[in-house]
Amino acid sequence: MIRNDAHIVGNVFDMETLGAAATRDGFGHGVVAAGERNPNVVVVCADLAESTRAQWFRDTFPERYIEVGVAEQNMVTMAAGMAVYGKVPFITSYAAFSPGRNWEQIRTTVCLNDVPVKVMGMHAGISVGPDGATHQPLEDIAIMRAIPRMTVLSPCDAVEAQKAVEAVAVSGKPAYIRFGREKTPLFTSAETPFEIGKAYVAWEQEDPEVAIFATGPLLHNALRAAEQLAQEGVRTIIANIHSIKPMDEACVIDLARRTGAVVTVEEHQVSGGMGSAVAEVLAHNHPTIMKMVGVHDRFGQSGTPEELIEHYGMGIAGIAQAVHGVRAKK
Amino acid sequence: MAYLTEAKRIELEAKANEVRMTVIDILEDAGSGHTAGPLGMADIFTALYFHVLNHNPHDPLWEDRDRLVLSNGHIVPIRYAAMAHAGYFSLEEAKTLRQFGSRIQGHPERDRLPSMETTSGPLGSGMSQAAGIAYAARMDGKTFRTYVAMSDAEHQAGNLWEGIMFAGANRLSNLTGVIDRNNIQINGMTEDVLPLEPLREKYEAFNWHVIDIDGHNMEDFVNAVEQAKAIYERPTLIIAHTIPGKGIKEIEFDYRWHGKPPSTEEEQKWLAELRTLQGKIEASHHG
Repeated sequence: MIRNDAHIVGNVFDMETLGAAATRDGFGHGVVAAGERNPNVVVVCADLAESTRAQWFRDTFPERYIEVGVAEQNMVTMAAGMAVYGKVPFITSYAAFSPGRNWEQIRTTVCLNDVPVKVMGMHAGISVGPDGATHQPLEDIAIMRAIPRMTVLSPCDAVEAQKAVEAVAVSGKPAYIRFGREKTPLFTSAETPFEIGKAYVAWEQEDPEVAIFATGPLLHNALRAAEQLAQEGVRTIIANIHSIKPMDEACVIDLARRTGAVVTVEEHQVSGGMGSAVAEVLAHNHPTIMKMVGVHDRFGQSGTPEELIEHYGMGIAGIAQAVHGVRAKK
Repeated sequence: MAYLTEAKRIELEAKANEVRMTVIDILEDAGSGHTAGPLGMADIFTALYFHVLNHNPHDPLWEDRDRLVLSNGHIVPIRYAAMAHAGYFSLEEAKTLRQFGSRIQGHPERDRLPSMETTSGPLGSGMSQAAGIAYAARMDGKTFRTYVAMSDAEHQAGNLWEGIMFAGANRLSNLTGVIDRNNIQINGMTEDVLPLEPLREKYEAFNWHVIDIDGHNMEDFVNAVEQAKAIYERPTLIIAHTIPGKGIKEIEFDYRWHGKPPSTEEEQKWLAELRTLQGKIEASHHG
């Protein structure tokens, strides 16, 4: 059952009436709000103002918007210089290019330099769809969480995305947030908890048999899978891992102890992603049977987002299958 | 700062010689590191820390200080040596170069030693960082100047040209670049490895004002820095033609000294050579 204290919207399972928005919209709203609070917030853009929603900030604060052209390495290093001076730069592009193309610069000039540059990776995951594999970054979480000092967030909907942006704006640290291109369900609310480093339980049944850790918009698929499984008599508990780094280790260990079987769900390579981060926590603290839902060492391809999510095993059926799999192994 | 008087020029030349001795001293102690670049840039770093920069060694993060970004972090021994002589930290601490636990890291780290301004080593990213500082300063109406010291060979990296394009396009006249044009890199001469020329024309095409100088002539350098301040709506690049290993005859122009330190024996010999030169400079000063 949906946990009351998660403050999920009442029509979360009614696909007819449930609202939808792209998580990148949450960036657009969040960065304008952050800009209103702090005059040092600036937005740097690499020729993608409209699709990254950087344009919303440009329209509000034109003097604090900096265009660098198609040059993601300059974008992050120039922003690092601005942050050295005292600005709080949000750098915006597609995740395929930033952090895809400028990883070393992020490592050296942001994280080792220890300056609060915020890397905003749009169009992350396979659900970019028709553009195909070049534009479907599935490795961004892995390459960002490997760097010391980096915070890595993956919000589940546009509401949570806005909270994530406003939170990193005041963290004083390097941060990476991944956002999606497509409209995805809007199912959390203003009251839904959000804190960097703190997961929350969104769904819980009595005496759960399997724990599901989900991140990003696929959390909604996980909830729908749990609802179906409940009808089959399979009891689950679901935590939203919006904060991949720092990870809420206590929550992960607690749910693994209570269930003895874990499924992770993410729109990312299973190698190095959120599932790997959960596996690291459990290997060190409480080894548990696991299955990871995500992309298994393959590139994407053109298709509709729905087709691709299904094809690569991240749909409702794929999640349910993984739950059955770990439950059978207990 | 201002244009050089004769007395100031001689004082800077003597100071540069002392700074060179410190470079040799700390590199020999470290047992690894780069020799040719730091010696070649000794005159310019001495001029920067003892005449050009508006700075305060006792308040290194003073908000209106001029910023100096070192892009080619591997020549940081010259920056450490010049800063130690300027009073940022002791010569004793400078001698902990490359030791475990030291602030004097093999490549500069801002978080350990904030007066470094930026962390650097991986080549090609200093220009953009300096441009970011200059851009942010202009947004806030700050009048300090930002300098970025670069190697020549790092101009083979794409990130650097992105930064050059950005700085030129944004007319960052508060930004001055200095290239250590010593023509060497690890694998040989720059023009053999991957030619950089015509550097002047390339920068000019990106809306920069360019000045070529003898990188061992204090007056040349100071004049170029002064000229840069007068250039309107364009950043200025100073191409400093330098001799790698400058000051130590046996290693001058030898690219093999890019990335190794002197032995104890070489250290003694070289320090003797520089002490002789020091005597000559002082004699000319007093004579």
